[in-house]
Amino acid sequence: MKHDDWDSKEIEAVIEALKDQPGALLPILHAIQDQQGFVPPESVPVIAEALNLTRAEVHGVITFYHYFRQTPPGRKTIHLCRAESCQSMGSDVLEAHAKASLGIDYHENTKDGEFSLEPVYCLGNCACSPAIMIDKEIFGRVTPERFDAIVEEVRGTHG
Amino acid sequence: MVKVYVPRDSCALSLGAEAVASAVTRIAGQRGLDVSLVRNGSRGLYWLEPMVEVETPQGRIAFGPVTAQDVESLFDQDFLSGGQHALSLGLTEEIPFLKNQERLTFARVGITDPVSLEDYVAHEGYQGLRNALVMAPAQIVDEVTESGLRGRGGAAFPTGIKWRTVLGAEGDQKYIVCNADEGDSGTFSDRMIMEGDPFVLIEGMTIAGLAVGATKGYIYLRFEYPHAERNLNAAIRAAEAGGFLGDNIQGSGKTFHLEVRIGAGAYVCGEETSLLESLEGRRGLVRFKPPLPAIKGLFGKPTVINNVISLASVPIILAKGGSYYKDFGMGRSRGTLPIQLAGNLKQTGLVERAFGVTLREILYDYGGGSQSGRPIKAVQVGGPLGAYVPESQFDTPLDYEAFAALWAVLGHGGVVAFDDSVDMSKMARYGMEFCATESCGKCTPCRIGSTRGVEVIDHIREGKNVSENLKLLRDLSDTMLAGSLCALGGMTPYPVLSALNHFPEDFGAPADNASA
Repeated sequence: MKHDDWDSKEIEAVIEALKDQPGALLPILHAIQDQQGFVPPESVPVIAEALNLTRAEVHGVITFYHYFRQTPPGRKTIHLCRAESCQSMGSDVLEAHAKASLGIDYHENTKDGEFSLEPVYCLGNCACSPAIMIDKEIFGRVTPERFDAIVEEVRGTHG
Repeated sequence: MVKVYVPRDSCALSLGAEAVASAVTRIAGQRGLDVSLVRNGSRGLYWLEPMVEVETPQGRIAFGPVTAQDVESLFDQDFLSGGQHALSLGLTEEIPFLKNQERLTFARVGITDPVSLEDYVAHEGYQGLRNALVMAPAQIVDEVTESGLRGRGGAAFPTGIKWRTVLGAEGDQKYIVCNADEGDSGTFSDRMIMEGDPFVLIEGMTIAGLAVGATKGYIYLRFEYPHAERNLNAAIRAAEAGGFLGDNIQGSGKTFHLEVRIGAGAYVCGEETSLLESLEGRRGLVRFKPPLPAIKGLFGKPTVINNVISLASVPIILAKGGSYYKDFGMGRSRGTLPIQLAGNLKQTGLVERAFGVTLREILYDYGGGSQSGRPIKAVQVGGPLGAYVPESQFDTPLDYEAFAALWAVLGHGGVVAFDDSVDMSKMARYGMEFCATESCGKCTPCRIGSTRGVEVIDHIREGKNVSENLKLLRDLSDTMLAGSLCALGGMTPYPVLSALNHFPEDFGAPADNASA
């Protein structure tokens, strides 16, 4: 996953490949974020032009959805579930522990650029609460100790 | 050759199933044993995952929960021949949690290889579609109507009536949309179907297409379900290659194309009109109704929009007949409900039963009571917009009307248990906070009411003017209930007021405030 800089040629290719399907905006935003790690603000006018939308409309869609981001993420994104089932199994404690041990709040990146932390409302892993997702891998029954072990294990690996 | 099953369900994976699968392959190789590894879905006995099964002449034998470190000793104890081991669970089908179920929609989940079309067909798959292909559209709709199937997403609207409306609507193009934005906490049955038996959903959508004359379908899937996305796409490709999707399905001349679209973390997109806006590439703002999506839905065309479980229940109805399905259940709730046991329970997982089983049976006979060993204080049924149910109401049967009579909702069948360490005023605050985070912003009661709701509950929790603020909270809830455009604002008062009504002491309220 890329970050810091972004490649306008790659983005233009994505837009060109997807723009003719019905309701193309979300698929395009997903493809750009998959490729670049985020949706660079500079890409908004390019997307708008290709889909015959205003920049405001594209910006509105990006900001409506929690998943899309306009700033570079850490090398790995940790999604921590805040929903009821995880709360019933102690996710409040896990949340406090995660923020303290990473030294960041939600929507921030760690200083070494390794991790971003995002809240999420249900990963469908409610039978094994509390749950987190790191990039596209899900972990269940995450105690603070297990959280540390998982973070240690994925640190420095490339997903 | 011995068949060994290690689930690739995301819950099993979240507990280390991938490492278990690798260990099985590696050690079998080292020992020169002929093992065929199948990556099945989950049987839904989640407290036993990763649960490994071995096929024997007596039937499948289960071991669990297995870690990668246990695998060596499983081989040492000759588990391939069903040898005894500390993790032995006996014949899978005889485990009481599983044995005492009525699996119709989930008949194949955990049993087959989810992405093998051959396996699906060998386990009675595509019989419903074969029947539907020789029926007139109206006959298919009649069969679904006869079954009594009601929308399993939560609103419980009769599926047959919805389909009949779309069948009768004029349109050069019609669509089938599957709502797979399963955002309710405590629910995972949609995910289990999509990961564990994606063909049943594909078959259900194809039948829906035949029934109403739609040639294109979309599955709107949440981004939080990457494993479901992988299996759905693999199954769609296999169905196309096998002539079950695309042009000229099984030589019938009928057409149906299917595509998966990914959401982006907006809970409100589980509301059907918001979902349609999102599919069209816009902010997920809820639409006014009418017009109904059945008349003017996706891209302005007549659209069937159904939940995953509703659509996945259609193949068995077409295979065995509407009356077969209707024979399960009670009152106006016909058929079965996949109930999801989550939160603070010993035995979490999936229980498919006919409507009518009581909440107490679910919590104790299946769930085994709380995991923490403390008394269960409250149970939230039906997701974040569902009411908290106290112990005094645990004997209520799972039935749409029985729950409605308690001012509660059965919804998508999610059951989240809390032990007595829970502070219900905190859960009420969370209900309002969640609504504020997820509101689409179109209507004022939801957008503003939820933020004011958080503030009022904060004041109550701080002990400020408690009586006046409780009155204000009820007032505000009334406005949200009556004035919101959709269920997000309109049902957030369910968890909030049920918490207050059943547990006034957690709000520092005098006992006589209960159910005021």
